[in-house]
Amino acid sequence: MIAAFLKSAIRLSATFLFGSTGEIIIEKGGHLNLGIPGVMSVGAACGCIAEFYMVRAFGTSAPFMLLAIPILVTLLTGALMGLLFSFLTVTLRANQNVVGLAMTTFGVGLAGYLITKMQSQNFIIITRASKFYLNLFNLAGNDNWFVKIFLSHGILVYIAIILAIVVQIILSKTRVGLNLRAVGENPATADAAGINVTKYRYVSTCVGCAISALGGLFCIMDYMGGNWEYILEGYGWLSIALVIFTMWRPALAIPGSFIFGGLYILSSYIDGVTFAQMEIINILPYAVAIVVLIITSIFGKKNVQPPAALGLSYFREER
Amino acid sequence: MSNMKNSARTLKEAKEPLFHLVKRQQISTGKAWAIRIGTIIFSILFISVLTSIVFRESPFEVIKYMFEGAFGTNLRVNVFFRDMSILLIIALAVTPAFKMKFWNIGAEGQVLISAYLTIVCMYYLGGKVSNGALIVISLLAALVGGMAWAVIPAIFKALWNTNETLFTLMMNYIALQIVLFSIKVWMPAGSGQLAPLPYGNLPHIGGGDYVTSIIVAIIITLFLFVYMRFSKHGYEVAVVGESQNTARYIGINVPKIIVRTLALSGAICGVAGFLIAAGIDHTVSIDTVGGRGFTAVLVSWLGQFNPLAMTVMSFVVILLTIGTTNVMVNSGVANDFFAEVSTGVAFLIIIICEFFIRYNIKFRKRVENDHPAVPDNQQQAELQEGGTAHIEDENEIGSEEVE
Repeated sequence: MIAAFLKSAIRLSATFLFGSTGEIIIEKGGHLNLGIPGVMSVGAACGCIAEFYMVRAFGTSAPFMLLAIPILVTLLTGALMGLLFSFLTVTLRANQNVVGLAMTTFGVGLAGYLITKMQSQNFIIITRASKFYLNLFNLAGNDNWFVKIFLSHGILVYIAIILAIVVQIILSKTRVGLNLRAVGENPATADAAGINVTKYRYVSTCVGCAISALGGLFCIMDYMGGNWEYILEGYGWLSIALVIFTMWRPALAIPGSFIFGGLYILSSYIDGVTFAQMEIINILPYAVAIVVLIITSIFGKKNVQPPAALGLSYFREER
Repeated sequence: MSNMKNSARTLKEAKEPLFHLVKRQQISTGKAWAIRIGTIIFSILFISVLTSIVFRESPFEVIKYMFEGAFGTNLRVNVFFRDMSILLIIALAVTPAFKMKFWNIGAEGQVLISAYLTIVCMYYLGGKVSNGALIVISLLAALVGGMAWAVIPAIFKALWNTNETLFTLMMNYIALQIVLFSIKVWMPAGSGQLAPLPYGNLPHIGGGDYVTSIIVAIIITLFLFVYMRFSKHGYEVAVVGESQNTARYIGINVPKIIVRTLALSGAICGVAGFLIAAGIDHTVSIDTVGGRGFTAVLVSWLGQFNPLAMTVMSFVVILLTIGTTNVMVNSGVANDFFAEVSTGVAFLIIIICEFFIRYNIKFRKRVENDHPAVPDNQQQAELQEGGTAHIEDENEIGSEEVE
């Protein structure tokens, strides 16, 4: 029971982990992107549509195509959404919160529209591709508890964890990471030091959105087994909250997303609760996010604070 | 300062960009609003063309269906203005907070919790107290609920600078879970939907549930206009929004202003929730607010926090929502999401338009030309001729630095 719970928690956590790793990259560059729910939805929708055409073309005979093409399409769609966000906020200097919310409205709507359109065809065939997401490095069947909990997942779960570690190393150990943090903390100083603020913000937002979008695809193709549900908006908002939970560190996002995933599914694993009580237990992830938010703001030392220029656009002329 | 200018000059000689952006120093309010209204008409036309491509109808048919859907019958006109009023009230509610640069995106939750508390009163007190008393009690409950949902994040923001955007966002979900919980308690089995309650409904003025919302929207619009423009409270809000340091310096109690303003914000959301629950739906579900809290944030921001402009914006949003839905119904394609897509696209168009109101694109110019006002086509011609150094630009940078 506990093993099954932990396993599910880790599995769901990949959605949050992709989402928050992406958002951390974006926020480190000084952008507060509230469009993540939209990015995840559109990314997942386009990925699933690519999956549909792949399954129709190859059946289940070409696992590589069934995995690579949808993932690529998702990354590309996410990056395009990131491009739209940075074009509007960096080049056209619009308010980041407004653009983010508009992108969420647009993205969730577009995803719903595309999926509804596809469902008039035989869209359900994408469930056939789900097993390739699940089985590639899956060691299930082994009786060892460690393998059962940690090593019996689909490939994207491992990718999410590796990606978070890689991003952490890039952010804290490399010059690119240092520059990006400088851009997020004080763009004017970074600019004076010769860092191309515009370029850093564009690239970090596109990369971050691409990674977040992958969370959407994972959620549908792996966690939901290829069945589309309109749940990504909520997961997207939770990913943004998780960024605070992790205090802007991708490495902390790994345990953080495990906890969020666990809290999210907790109610289904407690014996003898009614459906009504389940809904109360489901408040936990949001309540915990709020508590962390409050604690970090009250006892916050400098290193747990958001990037200083978060949410502020930078225009050289306005110094 | 002069050092900076020199280095800027050397850079420019090395590489002159194709164009650069200059913040418009003066644009007449009239011209700005002309551009805005032009954009809104453009965005409606753009959505019509988009819709006509998607649903394979002619654009003229689409526009016809859109306006028919919104204003085709008396009932439709009433529904249109009712929906517009509710959206406007929520947008007005978030405005004072935004003026203070308090990013409250929790209108969704604030409206939902007040609609929910209204229904709680109707559910438990219905039939036990008189209808009039019930309406008063549930209105009070709605106000308290909306205020609580706004004031809790405000207190933490005021005392410890807790991030209000994410706090209010999480409060949305807590409200949602509470509603889900109660519906499962009330309706343990079956459809999971609470049937409309017959108690404590607002009386119908003029034969429908429309007029009440419209009257309330007008009252709140006028109230907020006066409050923000002419009252001391409104002035304090504006100062805190511009600079908290200035506010502190002139003796304004910033935490108090933040909490008070959010209490007002929440109370107006409470009114919206009460109108939805007691006046229109008579029940509550997780779709009671249906994203209107988020849409209202955009309406408020893109309406420049101006109640009149916000009225226009809500008009456009509801026109697009109802209009595109009607086009869909008429073309026999069932896709509920197109309305959302079209609103999103319209918002993005309007965001882009704001840029052209605030900034002027200046292309490369010749050395001898240092006359600021050059018509667009001339600029284009000059662009083709190409240019090198740039005197006018130096002047402009200088003038901005002085500011």
